[in-house]
Amino acid sequence: MASNEALLPVTSRQDLLSESRSDQIPETRRRRPIKVHLAVYSGLLLIALYVALIVTHDGSTSQHGAKDETSTESRARLAGVSEKSNDRVSRLSDDRKVEAFPWNNTMLSWQRTAFHFQPEKNWMNDPNGPLFYKGWYHFFYQYNPNAAVWGDIVWGHAVSKDLIHWLYLPIAMVPDQWYDANGVWTGSATFLDDGSIVMLYTGSTDKFVQVQNLAYPDDPSDPLLLKWAKFSGNPVLVPPPGIGAKDFRDPTTAWKTSTGKWRITIGSKINRTGISLIYDTTDFKTYEKHDTLLHQVPNTGMWECVDFYPVSKTQVNGLDTSVNGPDVKHVIKASMDDTRIDHYAIGTYYDSNGTWVPDNPSIDVGISTALRYDYGKFYASKTFYDQNKGRRILWGWIGESDSEAADVQKGWSSVQGIPRTVVLDTRTRKNLVQWPVEEIKSLRLSSNKFDMTIGPGTVVPVDVGSATQLDIEAEFEIKTEDLELFFDDDSVEADKKFSCETSGGSTARGALGPFGFSVLADESLSEQTPVYFYVTKGKHSKLKTVFCTDTSRSTMANDVVKPIYGSFVPVLKGEKLTMRILVDHSIVEGFAQGGRTCITSRVYPTKAIYGATKLFLFNNAIDATVTASFKVWQMNSAFIHPYSPDDLSVPSRT
Amino acid sequence: MVTVMVSEGSIIEQTCKETPDFNLCVSLLNSDPRGSSADTSGLALILIDKIKGLTTKTLNEINGLYKKRPELKRALDECSRRYKTILNADVPEAIEAISKGVPKFGEDGVIDAGVEASVCEGGFKGKSPLTSLTKSMQKISNVTRAIVRMLL
Repeated sequence: MASNEALLPVTSRQDLLSESRSDQIPETRRRRPIKVHLAVYSGLLLIALYVALIVTHDGSTSQHGAKDETSTESRARLAGVSEKSNDRVSRLSDDRKVEAFPWNNTMLSWQRTAFHFQPEKNWMNDPNGPLFYKGWYHFFYQYNPNAAVWGDIVWGHAVSKDLIHWLYLPIAMVPDQWYDANGVWTGSATFLDDGSIVMLYTGSTDKFVQVQNLAYPDDPSDPLLLKWAKFSGNPVLVPPPGIGAKDFRDPTTAWKTSTGKWRITIGSKINRTGISLIYDTTDFKTYEKHDTLLHQVPNTGMWECVDFYPVSKTQVNGLDTSVNGPDVKHVIKASMDDTRIDHYAIGTYYDSNGTWVPDNPSIDVGISTALRYDYGKFYASKTFYDQNKGRRILWGWIGESDSEAADVQKGWSSVQGIPRTVVLDTRTRKNLVQWPVEEIKSLRLSSNKFDMTIGPGTVVPVDVGSATQLDIEAEFEIKTEDLELFFDDDSVEADKKFSCETSGGSTARGALGPFGFSVLADESLSEQTPVYFYVTKGKHSKLKTVFCTDTSRSTMANDVVKPIYGSFVPVLKGEKLTMRILVDHSIVEGFAQGGRTCITSRVYPTKAIYGATKLFLFNNAIDATVTASFKVWQMNSAFIHPYSPDDLSVPSRT
Repeated sequence: MVTVMVSEGSIIEQTCKETPDFNLCVSLLNSDPRGSSADTSGLALILIDKIKGLTTKTLNEINGLYKKRPELKRALDECSRRYKTILNADVPEAIEAISKGVPKFGEDGVIDAGVEASVCEGGFKGKSPLTSLTKSMQKISNVTRAIVRMLL
């Protein structure tokens, strides 16, 4: 049975101290008999202040609390692990107790990923112009050749046969024209009818104006597409009247309209309304701007990296960007400059006038409760249609959550997510489903299979040997003596009353959760990153499930951002709870219910590194016993390296 | 408490009202001749200049402390590294980003300036000789960030 030794710490008095959590569901909280009888009746703020005073004067308060828990098992509080309130995703320097953490090169060099795309050094951001051509997947990216922070941006380039094993190529485009002198920024590729490629990208001109430029392969017979030519008549688009000179960027892949013209969209803003401008063209050199917009949503701010594409209502394959018809819905996605969140919405596209209407306006693009590809660190994402395998593939930029000093010291910043297939969830029809591309399985080495039943309040080490490069697939069942509970909730609306952020993280115990894995943990669990489900009882005995990643205790270091990420995940009748986790050094990608809810996190442990990294399974529920059936694979490195002619003779791995 | 005289409704005043420290914001912007004719981007760039100036000043202070307080060498080394990051990474990133109209990277740089200052301060474990400089950086970073966010 499970070991009781190194239990996850329980809910702390931080819930009382945090004003932002005053609207939580209280039934799962246990009160502590702190001397606040007088203050209880004076309002939450007074309670918070009073308790704060007691806490600062009496260090033994926490022990009183722990002893008064009625559980029979020990809740030994692990020394040294702070229970700070949640960091906001964006750092505020005076909000945190930051102490210098002595990062050394051993710790920093461990952070580099083994099978996620990242350049050899320096800064990367948005994915650009992904495409498949003459046997190779191409990936371009915003890159700073000079520093580990954003700046001096060029287009980096890499190729792969399988979206996993990448080969670095020379830089594809540099700022060598007046119309991109200040930056060769994000863009997208379109395949013309004859199979040739055109690339539209944003240039920052010598006068700092954002314009759209046309480029194409210098030599279409070169499968590596090493050299790119820029159209002599650039720019092909300049900011139209009413649009700011610096609010006009990231053109999309074009799609064919029913009249045979090509159509693109470009994100922008008018005051605080996020908008998507729409243009038609026949030759990609001259354009007609529509008077109407593809779409707009008030109070969402600037829309960056807009993406627009069809998804099949009935089939699980991808669709070419130009596909339209009754069996198709269209997705609009935008990256919100204000919040650094990528949101998408599903709706109906009207080709005759180039407009789009969301199925559910209450979760329209950019609204805070709108759907996201990923509830963690994931931005500037872009899809492309992979005509090789009939899939739509999603790339996402995963930035760092550490300090820039650390980035400068380690010499690099940012990775890309593992490319994911994207399809409409044909069961709920209200959200997309993403999954790491199949080719990632080629990295799987040895595996271990486990079936474990763990009771309430237990943590179990999972012995898999090395635990820094893993692929975990797991199925969970909850057993409780309580009334019959069942999953039957196809709602996708975020439940404001209960969320990963406000629930107190993985240490807050409820009747039916949290439970899941603790990855990148050290033996004593002084550092750990729980990836878990938290199931709560909703109306009519229906269960609601959230899927979360809690990075608040992922590292002893205090100069990194450590949020608790996650969201509600629809679990339909008859479905088991399933989870997949990819662990690759400083990045963790979690997928719940086959990719209905995804969470990417950046994690920077100081102790749980190299051979000291462990994996744990935990069940922090109060009433439920959890049965977990799972498989853990060791993952090989993708050995991403500079292209050499030898790479042509290596048989492609699929 | 500093009494600041500004003409009613000036751009500086309107902008500074939306920041966490009106007085500091106004005094910094007024102290620069470009302030009176700058737009929001221009105001942000002025403040980033102030961050740069404060960083240089703090680095000089750090250098001086090596001799006066040799027992603090380790913490001073960390501070030196952190403030050099502000000077060589955060400030150039912020200037480029704001000039080119991608302010989110400017926000990142400005936030990081405050983080690096806090990390340096924390290394002295409560006995820092740099506290007042740290606090200045944190305050300026917060004000600058608020202005940069207006550009998003």
